[in-house]
Amino acid sequence: MRWPAALLRLLDMGKQAERVVPPTGHTAWLTSFTAGAMTFLCVFALALSLASGRLADRWSDALARTATIRLSAPPDQMQLQTDAILLLLSTTPGIESAKALSDDEARALLEPWFGPDLPIEALPIPRLIEIIEADPGYDGAGLRQRLAAEAPGAVLDDHTRWRRPLAEAAGRLRLLGWLAIGLIGFTMAAMITLAANASLAANAQVVRVLRLIGARDSYIARAFVRRFTLRALSGSVVGAICGAIGVALLPSADAAGGFLTGLGFTGAGWLWPLVLPPLAAVVAFAATRRAAFQKLRELP
Amino acid sequence: MIAFENVAYNYGGGELLSEVSLRLAPGSFHFLTGPSGAGKTTFLKLAYADLLPTSGHVTLFDREVRSLSRDEIAHTRRRIGVVHQDVQFLDHMPLAANVQLPLTVAGKGGDLADLKDLLTWVGLGHLADAVPPSLSGGERQRAALARAIIMDPDVIIADEPTGNVDWEMSLRLLTLLVELNRMGKTIVVATHDLNLIRQAKAQVPARVLRIARRRIQLAGADL
Repeated sequence: MRWPAALLRLLDMGKQAERVVPPTGHTAWLTSFTAGAMTFLCVFALALSLASGRLADRWSDALARTATIRLSAPPDQMQLQTDAILLLLSTTPGIESAKALSDDEARALLEPWFGPDLPIEALPIPRLIEIIEADPGYDGAGLRQRLAAEAPGAVLDDHTRWRRPLAEAAGRLRLLGWLAIGLIGFTMAAMITLAANASLAANAQVVRVLRLIGARDSYIARAFVRRFTLRALSGSVVGAICGAIGVALLPSADAAGGFLTGLGFTGAGWLWPLVLPPLAAVVAFAATRRAAFQKLRELP
Repeated sequence: MIAFENVAYNYGGGELLSEVSLRLAPGSFHFLTGPSGAGKTTFLKLAYADLLPTSGHVTLFDREVRSLSRDEIAHTRRRIGVVHQDVQFLDHMPLAANVQLPLTVAGKGGDLADLKDLLTWVGLGHLADAVPPSLSGGERQRAALARAIIMDPDVIIADEPTGNVDWEMSLRLLTLLVELNRMGKTIVVATHDLNLIRQAKAQVPARVLRIARRRIQLAGADL
């Protein structure tokens, strides 16, 4: 029997088979608890992975199309060179728009570090020119050469230096999240396998009786598989609900800002925890079925 | 139906059965006797494919047991009803469900009236809802017999079925086995109770197989 078909038949045929196994034993709560705890952890791993993914995408995409020119020049040359650079940029292919930041905008940028009363006019702060890239983009090397000729104090910063490691870090964090989900699934399968083996060993007499009266291995296995699958499913539902509540209780992004506050689900992402209980049931089904057939071959 | 051809069985500590060749004909009634540890239970286990011979061939319903898959062995056992001295049940299920279990396992519904008739026939009609741990030794043996025959098997194998019951109950069980034999079932009973064998031979043409020195011999008619 192929196991997708076996899974579908499980709810129907296994119901009768399940009655032959005594409904007691420590494996009952162990399976439910394991599935619940693992699903709870899985919800957080999922939230971490999705948040990292969003962050990586934002850092990769949103900032990829912007660049900044930092111009350092004597005060009397500043406006002249700024105009020259803006003129140069307006004739450069691949640039959608360019804008020099005003003193107020520069002050707003520096305010988090120096406070609101910064005498920006009195400080030798470079002028910033913000560039929005067109599609296709500009030739960075060519632009740098032209800037060197027109305004020697201008430096083109396309954000690559700091954006790339951040995007890579976020990408790896996302990968780690998925790896954690995989490990959680594997651990759950291992624990359910152990519980199923213990249950089969504890019910060796039941197995002997069933064999004596002509029960096939598939019938005996079904009795255990259905029970463990349903236990894992119910435990996982509780774990998913608790996990989702936990994620919902995390502070919102508006409250504090930063990475940690983005650790949650957004929009349709809230549907992800609903996927976990059926997945846990599939893992439990496969693990118990494999363990049951293996154990039945070992039992006398 | 069941045939042994030069069968030997080795438990690892030496040969328990050797050069066993016999054929149990349909509708026959055989007793299997011999001292304790002679290999009676081993012989019976070979006869319902619970053990495979070390050498030689055991044929069940024209199929060599080694050629049977695990599923085929399960199907073959549905044609052989087995009663053990230390009969085991599913203790959490009522007696009626235990007796009906072979039908349940085979995916057959069974008729509730037939089940009641069967329990009444073995004298347990009033205990249908009792759980096995509450039954006496004799009641357990009769329940085991009812479970063994509910699938209408061709062969009934009983291993010391009267070992734990008094003489009156032994005769009652024997009567049930004789009735089944008269219905055409092949019966094999392992016992060391010679009085029981004499009682049976007074009712049916039973043959006696004796295990001695690792071999099985067909005993004479007089006991």
